[in-house]
Amino acid sequence: MITIAKLTIGEAARRRVLWVLVILAAVAVGLTAWGVSALVGSARDGGVSDLDIKFAVSQILIFIAFMFGFVLVMTAAFFGSPAIATDLESGIAQAMLARPLRRSSYLLGRWLGLAIVMVVYAAVAGFLAIGAVGLVSGYYPPDVILPVAYLAGQALILLSLTVLLSTRLPPIAGGSIAVVAYGLVWMAGVLGKIGLAIGTTSLVTVSDAVRYLLPTDAFWQGVVYGLEPSFVINSVGDEVVARSSPFFAAAPPSNAILAWAAVWVVLVLVLAVNQLRRREL
Amino acid sequence: MIHMPRVSLDMPAIEVTDLRKRYGQVDALAGLTMTVGRGEVFGFLGPNGAGKTTTVKLLLGLARPTAGSGKVLGAPMGDLATRRKIGYLPELFRYQPWMKAREVLTLHGELIGLPRARRGAAADEALRIVGLGDKAGETVGKFSKGMQQRLGLGTALLGEPALIVLDEPTSALDPVGRVDVRGIVRAAADRGAAVFLNSHLLSEVEQVCDRVAIIDHGRVVASGDLDDVLGQAETQIRVTGLSPSDLAAIEPFGPPTLDGDLLAIRPMDAERVPDLVATLVAMGAKVHEVRAGRSSLEQRFLALVARDRPPAGTPSAQRLR
Repeated sequence: MITIAKLTIGEAARRRVLWVLVILAAVAVGLTAWGVSALVGSARDGGVSDLDIKFAVSQILIFIAFMFGFVLVMTAAFFGSPAIATDLESGIAQAMLARPLRRSSYLLGRWLGLAIVMVVYAAVAGFLAIGAVGLVSGYYPPDVILPVAYLAGQALILLSLTVLLSTRLPPIAGGSIAVVAYGLVWMAGVLGKIGLAIGTTSLVTVSDAVRYLLPTDAFWQGVVYGLEPSFVINSVGDEVVARSSPFFAAAPPSNAILAWAAVWVVLVLVLAVNQLRRREL
Repeated sequence: MIHMPRVSLDMPAIEVTDLRKRYGQVDALAGLTMTVGRGEVFGFLGPNGAGKTTTVKLLLGLARPTAGSGKVLGAPMGDLATRRKIGYLPELFRYQPWMKAREVLTLHGELIGLPRARRGAAADEALRIVGLGDKAGETVGKFSKGMQQRLGLGTALLGEPALIVLDEPTSALDPVGRVDVRGIVRAAADRGAAVFLNSHLLSEVEQVCDRVAIIDHGRVVASGDLDDVLGQAETQIRVTGLSPSDLAAIEPFGPPTLDGDLLAIRPMDAERVPDLVATLVAMGAKVHEVRAGRSSLEQRFLALVARDRPPAGTPSAQRLR
């Protein structure tokens, strides 16, 4: 498994696309820092209070996280969906699986290698963005590590799903299904919040069910919760519109949903190994 | 945890009994039985769709048989530890295009459990044998198909395997490459490895194999030493001035048949052709042409696989490989 993980990391590092993503992330961080710096400067010149500036910067940071989270999810789908399928189609996998290499070791090695790449990418880009915004605005979110960890967790869930799909489906099909599923779950999260705010139990039930099926939305809530200052949470109170926003979280994700997410990843990987074992090469 | 393979030297390299493989409604293998001995070069011949690649995949554990059983190097087919002693060049040979040739070989060295200290030297040696010694640092993605096939052959030779399975090993090679492969196969056999050569190139099999099996419709239709499968040597002479009553005089050379002006003696030792010609001339016959040899593998192959072949286009004529 470690051999295949190392191989996968080496492959990602030699692919130009990873470096393009890193460069784009660096450019995005630079532009964001410049934009935030200009906004904060003109707000201060205009006499806007520090509290309002803090609020605005926290919201900008959440939007940045949203964009970056989507890029991460797309990257996970992009890397995960061909992980097994392309190797099988090309014959690269057959040459290796004729060796004393278990199919489980091969699949888990592929997953582990990509997971390490995703986590490192999320950490570097995430901390860079938070650090750059903090440097120019003076605002640092209450928690720096957790939002980045939740972003990475979201990507790992998508990665696991695409690796599973990759055992049976061609890369484009697997990647598309995963991204669409992620979008639907995100929408279900928004609808669930609206349902909760206006008291529609059925909407909440359906939303919860969907969010357990693919537990990415809880992680997004974790990202938002970690990035927003406590005075925002306190000031929102029972306001329906604010509570319905996907860019507001009143509480961090529960331990239950986090535990379920971990179990979910294990189950999906077990299923993926089982699918690959049953497949005729 | 992978244990060291227990390779039993008195067991055949490959032994399969009544092996069957069904894909949906199609029988890819319909009761394959064969044995491949240690240190022999075994040619596995058949037309497209006969079941050759399916057989290889079953032997290596890449696919599971529907019925039947088999042992490879004394262990059940697909046994994880035994695969360490098997080198394999797939029909569809593709290796990580982003890697350098030497890296592909060291990766395979790692997969078969070669000690780290030996991997580099083993990779260099394999590259040298397959003629890629000067391409070790080049990226595989830039290799021609022929070079990629040589690289695949190199991976199959790594770690001095006891069994080397080559699936159409010269499909992408030029004539020089084909000659090289023959030499490599013979050298591996001389070192004691069994070579299972899956091919539809009859001349290749004829020149390098000790024994052959011809497979069609998922069954072995003929197998044995090359002489057994090819039939016995015969001499054909175009001759005039010979009557059927003269045949008795040439019976000491072998059983003769006369069809028009074509005299055939089968079997007959080719060494005795000059004596036969002298005898015929002494009897007053006129010799126009002499052909000594045996039916080619191609003729024999066509004769074997033509039997029971349904007309093209019928459902049973469309089979999986």
